[in-house]
Amino acid sequence: MNDFLFVFRNDPSVMADMSPEELQTSMQKWMDWIGGIAAQGKLVDRGNRLANEGNVIRPGKVITDGPYIETKESVGGFIMVRAETLSEASEMAKGCPILLAGGNVEVRPIIRM
Amino acid sequence: MESQELIPHLFRTEYRKITAVLSKTFGLEHIEIAQDIASDTFLQASEMWGIKGVPDNPVAWLYTVARNKTLDYLRRDKLFKEKVRGQVVRDSSAGKEVSLDLSSQNITDSQLQMMFAICHPALPIESQIGLALNVLCGFGINEIASAFLTSKETINKRLYRAREKLRAEQVKMEFPAEADIESRLEAVLKTLYLLFNEGYYSAGKDVTLRKDVCIEAMWLTKMLTENPGTDRPPVNALLALMCFHASRFEARTNTQGETVLYEDQDDSLWDATLISRGEYYLNRASVGRQLSRYHLEAAIGYWHTIKADTPEKWEHILQYYNELLILEYSPIAALNRTYALAKARSKREAIREAEKLNLGEIHLYHSLLGELYLGIDDGKALECFKTALSLAKSRADRQLLEGKIGRLYGQK
Repeated sequence: MNDFLFVFRNDPSVMADMSPEELQTSMQKWMDWIGGIAAQGKLVDRGNRLANEGNVIRPGKVITDGPYIETKESVGGFIMVRAETLSEASEMAKGCPILLAGGNVEVRPIIRM
Repeated sequence: MESQELIPHLFRTEYRKITAVLSKTFGLEHIEIAQDIASDTFLQASEMWGIKGVPDNPVAWLYTVARNKTLDYLRRDKLFKEKVRGQVVRDSSAGKEVSLDLSSQNITDSQLQMMFAICHPALPIESQIGLALNVLCGFGINEIASAFLTSKETINKRLYRAREKLRAEQVKMEFPAEADIESRLEAVLKTLYLLFNEGYYSAGKDVTLRKDVCIEAMWLTKMLTENPGTDRPPVNALLALMCFHASRFEARTNTQGETVLYEDQDDSLWDATLISRGEYYLNRASVGRQLSRYHLEAAIGYWHTIKADTPEKWEHILQYYNELLILEYSPIAALNRTYALAKARSKREAIREAEKLNLGEIHLYHSLLGELYLGIDDGKALECFKTALSLAKSRADRQLLEGKIGRLYGQK
């Protein structure tokens, strides 16, 4: 078994525009999806959500606002799962509710040091 | 109470107290001596009380006899006497006195310290459970063997090795340091949780014995809630969870001793007093920010005490199972989550999730899949129940599955 990082990207304004009911439904979908992975014993780390604000430090120690200057898409969170192959992990990612909200999941094998 | 009823009752409550106080006094490395003296005390009680009748204050009688037996032991065993004499015997004008501190404070402290000692992380978990049953619950080798469905020799060996391990690790009877209390308490809770489950889910046929195991586990957990140092939210959550489960004790077995599944239970047999005790402890658990697995399981237990079978109820249960699995995977939680999914959403959705579980070796997986296919594809349901039957080991499980298979054939 190998570990994979799922990186979630979305337009941060999508969530900001949600009504409390929509947020609740979205939360439930996320819990069902992650719960389903956990029920297979394949959740390695439940990860975390990331706040919208942030800084990027660039060469010359220049600090810029926000990680997403060129694109409206920003990393909103991550989890870590376990699977045999990249394609199995990608299959799991197909159930992610972010896909219904215009976002995407990047699936990356983790290389243990 | 006549002595033949009173002695087993007192054995349950007093054996652990005498053993704990003596072990504290002698040092835990001498736990066998403490247990022998406590057992001898009860042997003498059953002989004497049968002939002369029960004394006015049976507990005081037991303590006096235990004290005298301790003194006798010290007289006989010179070497042991050298080691522990200073703590037990003091010379007074009236001669030699054994000063065993049998005050209620010392009894309580000793029992709590014994709990921490037995649930020491250095001990394998089945040793912890064995010792807990033997030392803390006063169960004999026969009873433990019957509860575990194993032989007396196995239990004897297990207990022997457990006591050796206590000595090798030099486990002391003491309260853990403040910095360690959280992690040590976690180990204690895990053992109490497994102890309760042993009684609740064991395949042992003796229903009374299994119930006693549950009651003892609850009693020990309650003791932790009564001590300010250990009265923490996860402890209360665990006790709440035990109360909710125990409330269905009468409903989950029929008069033939067969298991009655949750959805088939007569809910008028659910124990309302235990349910309200559970709610009381769940409230007490709901302080602070810590959300332990016991909190989640207690919340699941709470929703199971709600009689109305609504999607809302199962949606709550589903979400708590999601949280529980994210916190810690277990096959049983995965199966229960899938069942909740069927009740909250649909059987078809649950079947899709069930097929990903990879739990084909467990009979419960096939039972669940059979349940899910009922009404959708009865032929497939029958197949699943048959596979489950071929994997089921306990008599109760086999009876249940044979019943289901029989009913499906009946419909054809």
